[in-house]
Amino acid sequence: MSITQTDPLGAAPIDVDSFAVPDEAGRWAAFKNVLSSWPVAVGIGVLLAWAIVAITVPLWAWAGPRDAVGPRLQSPNWDHVLGTDSLGRDVLIRTLYGARESLPTATAVIIGTVLIGCAFGAVAGFRGGITDTVIMRASDVVLSFPQIFLAMAVAAALGPSLRNTIVALVLVWWPIYARLLRGQVLAIKQREHVEAARSVGVPPRRILRRHVLPMAITPVMINATMDFGQVLVLTASLSFLGLGATPPSSEWGLMIDDGTKNFYQWWISLGPGLGILSVALAANFVGDGLRDHFDVRAKG
Amino acid sequence: MGRFVLRRLAITPVLLLGIVTLAFIVARLIPADPLASIVGERQMGNETVVAAARKRWGLDGGVIQQYFSYLRNVFTGDLGTSFRTKQSVTSDLLDRLPATAELGVGALIVGGVGGISLGIAAARRQNRTVDHVARLTSLVGSSLPVFWLGLIVLYVFYVRLGWFPGPGRLPSRTDAPDHVTGFYTVDALLDGNLGLAWACLRQLMLPSFVLGWGLMGIVSRLVRGATLDELHADYVRTARAKGLGEGVVMRHHVLRNSLTPVITIMGLSLGILLTSAVLTETVFSWNGLGSYAVEATQRLDYPAINGVCITGGVIFLVSSLIADVLYAAVDPKIRYG
Repeated sequence: MSITQTDPLGAAPIDVDSFAVPDEAGRWAAFKNVLSSWPVAVGIGVLLAWAIVAITVPLWAWAGPRDAVGPRLQSPNWDHVLGTDSLGRDVLIRTLYGARESLPTATAVIIGTVLIGCAFGAVAGFRGGITDTVIMRASDVVLSFPQIFLAMAVAAALGPSLRNTIVALVLVWWPIYARLLRGQVLAIKQREHVEAARSVGVPPRRILRRHVLPMAITPVMINATMDFGQVLVLTASLSFLGLGATPPSSEWGLMIDDGTKNFYQWWISLGPGLGILSVALAANFVGDGLRDHFDVRAKG
Repeated sequence: MGRFVLRRLAITPVLLLGIVTLAFIVARLIPADPLASIVGERQMGNETVVAAARKRWGLDGGVIQQYFSYLRNVFTGDLGTSFRTKQSVTSDLLDRLPATAELGVGALIVGGVGGISLGIAAARRQNRTVDHVARLTSLVGSSLPVFWLGLIVLYVFYVRLGWFPGPGRLPSRTDAPDHVTGFYTVDALLDGNLGLAWACLRQLMLPSFVLGWGLMGIVSRLVRGATLDELHADYVRTARAKGLGEGVVMRHHVLRNSLTPVITIMGLSLGILLTSAVLTETVFSWNGLGSYAVEATQRLDYPAINGVCITGGVIFLVSSLIADVLYAAVDPKIRYG
């Protein structure tokens, strides 16, 4: 499926199929063009930097995330730039290690929602009829809940862990993509090239895969980029409420929860808070830039 | 418009049934004995109580039968008994709802008034400092975890500067005013106790600001965009050419059109607001629906979780219905279906 192969952030190779679609022939050039706007460049830079930190931190960190390295609740100083927490662990080290938990979780949620949402949306839009009605009414119902209420209930039912956080968030987030892709598919289905394909007897599955989906995927990718920040914040929220990561994890939301318990030691929540803020801002920069560039109006 | 409203109303019961059903399914996922949570652990030894509860909730039947007795109970307003508070979930929720509503009104005021003024200012001075500040406010607002913002705001304005009181709905060593509306500020005013009303209003300010910031960002972007569109319209040039002052042009011509979408976004934002309220209430020890939801999930109190989910869904459903209908009524350009 070309969903996973088209990477708006740059490096990854683009599906050859997407080049074959006449309207989108210049897509790769367009992606390079987006990079010239500074918010997008800064956003991608920040995201890349965090990704590198997340992958390499065990190689160069001067202590482990669970090591007590100094006195407890020490305010920031030259030995511990962001201070130490209630167990004498270095907050900076824990924040850096936290990226290894928060970022993969949010990425998994986004990939899960995009895959599941798009599968439902594509089927609903392409099949129409009763399938469409059932899928769309189900998505209406899920969207009728304030996201966190349903996510909290599911996370509580399954038990607190990051894996269950992923399940809970995918469950509340898929309808957004189902709707988005359904709208795209419905519009593209009417175009001449699809009619032409149908008239020469191309089987429906192949029409969907080769002639409809590649054209529908750009808004989905942009939406996914814009949602990344929100998903990250919601992941942290569940951990903050005690329904996600469990101690001694250094997931960012859980670290902020620790900061709440030691309210007067403001530095404990500073690192993870800035971590979430920087990643979410960067994702928003990139998403906004991509949206303006491609002028995608179909949202939600 | 009539047809649109009718269609919108017709689909509401379907969604309502969907909400209640999904809440039922989620509650069934919880690995706890539903009987123990309905009658309470202490009553589990009491044969008559257990038998009565079994019959009432259809627990001796299959899942289908349980579902139907659940539906009957929910639609008669019975959400079961909370495992934790040992009270009926319905009365618990009614107790907690005013606190969240009061906070929500505060946040809507912050988000609405702040967002509209910021949006207008940004549109009038496009690409100047105000515009950049407005853009930053909205970007940060959508990226900032609301619970962290709450912590920072509390630390700076309560601990460091002492400008605002600490968490909670009431100042310490103060009794709540007599319950009339459940809004402490309003109840204190009705009591004629101005001092208490002011104190409660001060308690309300920080959490309202924290909760309203996100909404302020959304509203300001929307108002800025809409106002910019209108400012470039022909009728505005005509109005200016007639020699009307800039204030009159803004008030009588531009804002009338550019503020219409705010109604919809405010209605749709209630869902986002409820999500943030859960976190804001936790940080500010605000005794509302959100903190009730958190306590319920942490203790696997499944009738309460179920009740909170249904309540949240219904609030969201009703508010987006009102927003849609209002929008259709206000904007003559909108003709659905």
